[in-house]
Amino acid sequence: MQFLEKTKKSIFSLFILILLILSFFVFKFALDKEKVYSPKITDEQIFTDFEVEDLIDGRKINFSKVLFGKNFYLINIWSSWCEPCKDESDKLLELKKETSIMMVGINYKDKKKNALNFLKLYGDPFDQIFIDKQGTISINFGAYGVPETFLINDHNKVLKKYIGPLNDEDVFEIKKITNN
Amino acid sequence: MIISQLGHYSLIFGLLTSILIFFNSSIQIKKNDAIISDKTTGLIGFQFFFVFISFISLIYSFLISDFSNETVYNNSHTTKPLFYKITGTWGNHEGSLLLWLLVLTGVLLGFIFKSKNEPKKYRLLTTIFHQIIVIGFFVFVLKTSNPFNEIFPVQTEGLGLNPILQDPALGIHPPILYLGYVGTSIIFSAALASMMSNYVNKIWAKNIKFWILFSWIFLTGGILLGSIWAYYELGWGGFWFWDPVENVSLMPWLSLTALLHCIVTLEKRELLKKWTIVLCIITFALSMVGTFLVRSGILNSVHTFANDPSRGIYILTFLLVLILLSFVIFIIFENKSFTQKSEIFIFSKETAVLINNWFILYFLSVVLIGTIYPIFLDVILDEQISVGPPFYNKLILPFLVPFVIFMSIGPSMKWIKTNFRIGIKSLLVIIFTLILSFITVYYIGEKNILILLLFIGFIYLLLKSLDQLRQKTKNFAQIFSHIGFSLLLISILLNSFLSKEIIKNIQVGESFFLKNEKIIFKKIAIEKEKNYESIIGFFEILDEKNKTINLQPEIRIYNEPDMATSEASIKTSLFKDRFITINIIKDQNFFNVRYQHKPFMIWVWISTLIIMLGGLFAIFRKNKEVNI
Amino acid sequence: MTRMFLKSKKLLIIKILIIFVLITINFKNFAISSTYSEEQTINITKNLRCLICQGQTIHESNSDFAESMKKYIKSELEDGKTNEEIFSSLVKKYGQWIVYDPGISRNTLLLWSLPLLLFLIGGAIIVKKIFRKI
Repeated sequence: MQFLEKTKKSIFSLFILILLILSFFVFKFALDKEKVYSPKITDEQIFTDFEVEDLIDGRKINFSKVLFGKNFYLINIWSSWCEPCKDESDKLLELKKETSIMMVGINYKDKKKNALNFLKLYGDPFDQIFIDKQGTISINFGAYGVPETFLINDHNKVLKKYIGPLNDEDVFEIKKITNN
Repeated sequence: MIISQLGHYSLIFGLLTSILIFFNSSIQIKKNDAIISDKTTGLIGFQFFFVFISFISLIYSFLISDFSNETVYNNSHTTKPLFYKITGTWGNHEGSLLLWLLVLTGVLLGFIFKSKNEPKKYRLLTTIFHQIIVIGFFVFVLKTSNPFNEIFPVQTEGLGLNPILQDPALGIHPPILYLGYVGTSIIFSAALASMMSNYVNKIWAKNIKFWILFSWIFLTGGILLGSIWAYYELGWGGFWFWDPVENVSLMPWLSLTALLHCIVTLEKRELLKKWTIVLCIITFALSMVGTFLVRSGILNSVHTFANDPSRGIYILTFLLVLILLSFVIFIIFENKSFTQKSEIFIFSKETAVLINNWFILYFLSVVLIGTIYPIFLDVILDEQISVGPPFYNKLILPFLVPFVIFMSIGPSMKWIKTNFRIGIKSLLVIIFTLILSFITVYYIGEKNILILLLFIGFIYLLLKSLDQLRQKTKNFAQIFSHIGFSLLLISILLNSFLSKEIIKNIQVGESFFLKNEKIIFKKIAIEKEKNYESIIGFFEILDEKNKTINLQPEIRIYNEPDMATSEASIKTSLFKDRFITINIIKDQNFFNVRYQHKPFMIWVWISTLIIMLGGLFAIFRKNKEVNI
Repeated sequence: MTRMFLKSKKLLIIKILIIFVLITINFKNFAISSTYSEEQTINITKNLRCLICQGQTIHESNSDFAESMKKYIKSELEDGKTNEEIFSSLVKKYGQWIVYDPGISRNTLLLWSLPLLLFLIGGAIIVKKIFRKI
């Protein structure tokens, strides 16, 4: 009886000890983890069944019809008031020139005049541009800021997502994926 | 500059004193003297003195804006008002750790003074254990967070203090909170010492109760101040968000509350010895876990400190060492120092205390698991989740009902054995409770059984506690805390159901309605202060009786650092707060106006003060024989 | 005589309890019908986490993203979507992290069950302590 009590106690102590040490290592690894959350890419297709308005001619079209007939699409969310968007404009121009990706711009919470000015100043890399006055269209893609860029294949699946301005490595990666 | 140097060296002397005290006490234990030598007491005094000098030098460096000091440079500015120069001292990681050290050494000095009549071995052992903690923190401060680092070349202007910290409530929040939070360290040291010196008995319980109450009162006060600050400064009228940083202060509070009930049982009946010691250890461990979570930047929270991984790993290792140490000591001395023969009867105060502890520890486990589970999930499975209010509400609210009912009957239980008699009076209380609860639930129009049951429980507790005021032998400490607690729960519940709000984008001259009240945006004015410029909105509220109330919310644009904050304007009355904030909308002439009715807010604060008052009663009536 | 009195008092309590139970059962029948309202929007946005200012809810935040999200949810509600549909579509887009309610899933099974398990263990310990024969 005494013996049983003792083994029970030592098993319990051992359990606590293991729990403590396990917690220690979990916390230790947690220290090195990225603390700012950013959504991962899911396997699902993106939602495309909603109406968008063209920036240039104000024509309204269902977005699923925009993503049609090409192998790859690049959706770039931008705005004239967004400073980093200026930095990434030549990256987008480069992609436009050197790949066959269809470039779709989403003009986020902007004024038409400013947006057109921006394109005049920094070049227009887009095949089509739609406006997102309320910011709700970006939410359909699962975006949460500007700039944000999505590489999508012909099955409407997101292959890559870039939060913040594109850099040279990103451009290289996009080229590599789309040239295969 | 010289003062800052003085602070630095004073800190090093403090560390040296710690080592001296540690060895001095260890040697003395073996001697047969009846009391500890004046040398040890003197050294403990000196240790506190050194930290105090250090602390004063840092305040002085802030006062004269000595920008050769890195901490001052990072967190202050010459244009800041005097008050915020002082509070800025602990409004940052380095300075607040110095405050931590000050409290840590201060409580030991207090303990040595207060424990003069207790066994020598126990006092020395407490000192030794406490020095382990103190040395750990001295090294931590000097190695990773030295508040006296110099920068070269000397800067002419500082970077300024985060504007949301420039606030009177938050200015005094850290010192109050730390007195409670760090105060738990002495309970920990004393618990280990009492176990080793076979001193876990009535007298020990009676004496350590002071420190438990001390920590508990200040921790309650600290949490209260933090909530008040969040309520008016963060701009959306909430006061508790189940944010990890808040949870971290709630956890030691819960375990202190459990401990408080336990220690009385130990004092009266020499029961629950083992469990009391475990709670003492858990309490301090939780406050260390909290320190780790907040300081390492591991959390994603509204109020995070600037972080540095080396700090995290240091506290984590130190925490592990302390827990392992107490674990080993507990296992070794477990069988030696705990002998209890008394029996517990079902209908007794002992059972009531056990049930109290059972529930409080359940609540504690909910908060603890809710806070650290996402971290575990992220590390082990790389999945990110958020654990927010819905989780806590679902797991805590249903359990509050039986908890408060036990809390209502517990105090009328007698020690050892109670004979139950249901008098006509207790029947009246029940009927009264039911009537009041139905009226309340009908009034707020919430058709949910849980809500009804919660109100029944809370109101029953309130009426029962008020009823106890008529008893011949009354324990004011318990009655006040319980009244405060029931009032707090009732106000929180009413507040969450009756809050109304409306958000509108309007221009000057326009108006809108909330229920029967008309809110008119009169005009806008711009004022310039020393450290900020403010845009003040003048609002006039016409309530249902056509009385006018003026509210002036502000947008402050601080100069150092360049940051805008929104200052709420609040009109408090007995039954509701009127709360308004404004925000600028980009590129437009509109203002985003958020107007809210926050019912019973003042009662949330008052009831917490009543809870603290209960604690004060317990401290000052400790010489008389009272039942809790 | 006193015994009788006690008995009748006990009976009275039982009666009150029965009445009380009946009332509470009736209470359930007043369930509210769900139609879209301003409060519903607030309820949803209070349970969503803002991705820009990561300690706040969408409801509390004034960031661009939060403002858009509020409009998005309003339009979804106007389209007749239920709360659950809105939450699940947002979880698909932004991950489980965005909702404050962790929900019950494979990942959160322990989160919900662990505290309850501890409660049961605690209860068992107390029962054992009180009914222990010496």
